Amino acid sequence: MSDAAIEATGLVREFKKGPRAVDGIDLRVEPGEVYGFLGPNGAGKSTTVHMLTTLLPPTAGSARVAGLDVVADGAGVRQAIGAALQEAALDPYLTGREHMRLQTALHGMRGEEARERSDQLLARVGLTQAADRRVGGYSGGMKRRLDLALALVHRPRILFLDEPTTGLDPQSRSALWDEVARLAGDRGVTVFLTTQYLEEADVLADRVGIIHKGRLVAEGTPESLKDEIGRPSVEAIPCTRDDLPRMREVLSRFGEFVTGSPKGASVRLSGGEAQLADVVRALDAEDIHVEHLQLHRPTLDDVFLSKTGRSLEGAAEEPQQPEEPVPA
Amino acid sequence: MLARRSVVRTLRQPLMVVPSLVFPLLLLSINSSGLESTTMLPGFPTDSYFEFALAIAFVQGALFSANSAGTNVANDIESGFLNRLSLTPLRRVALMMGQLSGILALGLIQAVTFVLVGVAFGAGIEAGLLGAVVIVAMSLTISLAFGCIGAFVALRSGSGEAVQGVFPLFFAALFLSSMALPRDLIEIDWFQTVATYNPVSYMLEGIRSLVITGWDGEALALGFACAGGVALIALAAASSALRTRMVRT
Amino acid sequence: MSRGGFWSVALAVGWRNAHNFFTNPAMAIPALMFPLFFFTAFAGGLSRVDSVPGFDFDGGYTTFVYGFVLLQASAFGGIFTGFSIARDFESGFSRRLMLAASRRGGIVAGYWLAALVRAVFTVSVITVVALIAGLTIDGSAVDLVGLYTLAILVNAVAMLFGSGVAMRLRTMQAGPAMQTPAFLFLFLAPVWVPYDLLTGWVQAAASVNPVTLVLEAGRGLLSGDPTEVLPAFAVVLLLAAVTVLWAYGGLRSAERVA
Repeated sequence: MSDAAIEATGLVREFKKGPRAVDGIDLRVEPGEVYGFLGPNGAGKSTTVHMLTTLLPPTAGSARVAGLDVVADGAGVRQAIGAALQEAALDPYLTGREHMRLQTALHGMRGEEARERSDQLLARVGLTQAADRRVGGYSGGMKRRLDLALALVHRPRILFLDEPTTGLDPQSRSALWDEVARLAGDRGVTVFLTTQYLEEADVLADRVGIIHKGRLVAEGTPESLKDEIGRPSVEAIPCTRDDLPRMREVLSRFGEFVTGSPKGASVRLSGGEAQLADVVRALDAEDIHVEHLQLHRPTLDDVFLSKTGRSLEGAAEEPQQPEEPVPA
Repeated sequence: MLARRSVVRTLRQPLMVVPSLVFPLLLLSINSSGLESTTMLPGFPTDSYFEFALAIAFVQGALFSANSAGTNVANDIESGFLNRLSLTPLRRVALMMGQLSGILALGLIQAVTFVLVGVAFGAGIEAGLLGAVVIVAMSLTISLAFGCIGAFVALRSGSGEAVQGVFPLFFAALFLSSMALPRDLIEIDWFQTVATYNPVSYMLEGIRSLVITGWDGEALALGFACAGGVALIALAAASSALRTRMVRT
Repeated sequence: MSRGGFWSVALAVGWRNAHNFFTNPAMAIPALMFPLFFFTAFAGGLSRVDSVPGFDFDGGYTTFVYGFVLLQASAFGGIFTGFSIARDFESGFSRRLMLAASRRGGIVAGYWLAALVRAVFTVSVITVVALIAGLTIDGSAVDLVGLYTLAILVNAVAMLFGSGVAMRLRTMQAGPAMQTPAFLFLFLAPVWVPYDLLTGWVQAAASVNPVTLVLEAGRGLLSGDPTEVLPAFAVVLLLAAVTVLWAYGGLRSAERVA
């Protein structure tokens, strides 16, 4: 039996009379790893998570979580995992503490054990003071934190987080990142994290899988993926707007244009970072005064662009397929 | 234009229109078969419970209208449409009547439908064809009365939920009346007292008199007075609430 | 690791649903008001009906009406729990339950427990009001145990029916699909007069409506003149078995789509 924490082989989920939301995903996550699943809206991230957490049966392929088949032994899988999904799915009429009571009871905890665990987790996510207020009055960040606490009630070894920081302010996002890093680092929890934020994948994930239209188009550590692209880009803004056409002509000698500031021009350097000095010299030779010059190293968005032909952020704004099939 | 919008919007909502036609007729059918034996009670004014109960359909239809009116007005408030109207030179009364036009249109369809169904299923209208016209007129007045109440609740609260919350009270008003039995056959004293003071009793009795008795001046006068009185009071209240909501210099 | 079994899940779900019912007036009040209101309107407004020739129920019209209102409150208590289930699916809260529950059948059992608690509360209040209003109970203690057991079973049947609908449709739009059959079954029965005094198509419908049997058995138990009790129990138990399968099918349907 495989000792992977999460393993999927040819995982497929189809719509009725429609395209495949997930189209043959193979992945393997080792115990204790933080795996970032990165892709735009509608790429198939949530559908994949729903299959791995036994909320949705695959149409084809298989998946094992904690060594158990998600279809044949769904109950066993659910005992081993925790999940904080895209919608926090909280009851506005219950307080935070009452949610903890419900969750501990669902997992068979009673009495003093349940109370202690609730208090501990509420403190850990900073909700002790708000614990006796109805969740209907919580902010988005508080709801997410409560959701994370609920997912940890039964000390799962594998945690699924589906876009945990979408819609949060930077401070809440940072706090959640700290908690995820602590879980993985101190406690060896395997974290499967889906996100549409490059920075989140970059900062948190040991490895990243990039998903586009239901398929895994790239996988590796953030650094190795970026190294594959290899080439940095340079962005330059002229002091005088009239110099922009000449600046563009100069830069065009060093590589292809990429998206950048509308006030200037950006090119991907075909010769790498070493060409930066040549760029400066060429601009100087044409007597083009530069207000701003910056070297950009490749990002995961560049990786996405190279694999799919479009930017991750741009892809998020295009019309997307719904993540889940229309209910029967 | 507002009236046209109100009419079109009301009649384009099948979830509002169909239940307001089907439900009262279904209840009429069930109640008539279920309570036919009560016509054997001494003093019961007719030997057909269907003829006795026909009037209930008109009032029930009007209650659905109240719900519809209130919900439409609440939607206009919540969507900001009312604010937009505030910026026009439109007078308040005209605006109010425009909003209620949809209710009157629905009320007309209901009244005509119930009269035709009643006659088709054997109810003889003692007051004849003119009586049928008067039934429609009284039904429209009742629709207007309840519609204005619904609009008032919506304008005061600004919320569709508040309108829905008030809906059970309307049914309470219908049930605590001479809906199921004539007032003089109600045995429980407190119930008879409540029914006597309840204007809905007189609305029912007004329509009922045209079906069962013919031309009963007292019943008609009381019926129109109650329906018209409630309509006037509710219209005034709704207008006042509208003034508050559409404050403009 | 989780060690939540079937009953852990059932008790947790039941607690939460019952808690929300008792702490939210918007849920508790309609559940109480409608049966109380019908009781008042029928027992108050139609009391003269017991003078109709052929009205052969000895317990008086208030008791006659109570028999129906008890059944109505039990049935609609179950249906309203179906509404709660639909609301949970629509809000996504059901996903939390499906994820946390190792034994998902416990979720449906939990809703049933909540429906039972709600029904006991509602029926208790209605019974107290009815007693004040002149309800006379001539049945023995055994008769009453039979009566309220019948009510609990009706509540379970309605709840299981509603849950099956809710889990298949997974939206509050499912409300009419639950309410309309319940309404028709309840009202195409001897609601205001005994069966023999019904006329027309309603009598024909009542003759094949299982609710007629349950209603008449209930009234018989109330008045100390038990009639058709065993057939009534048989019918309700059969309906319970059918609706358990219906609810189970609904759960399987819900599991196919997250």
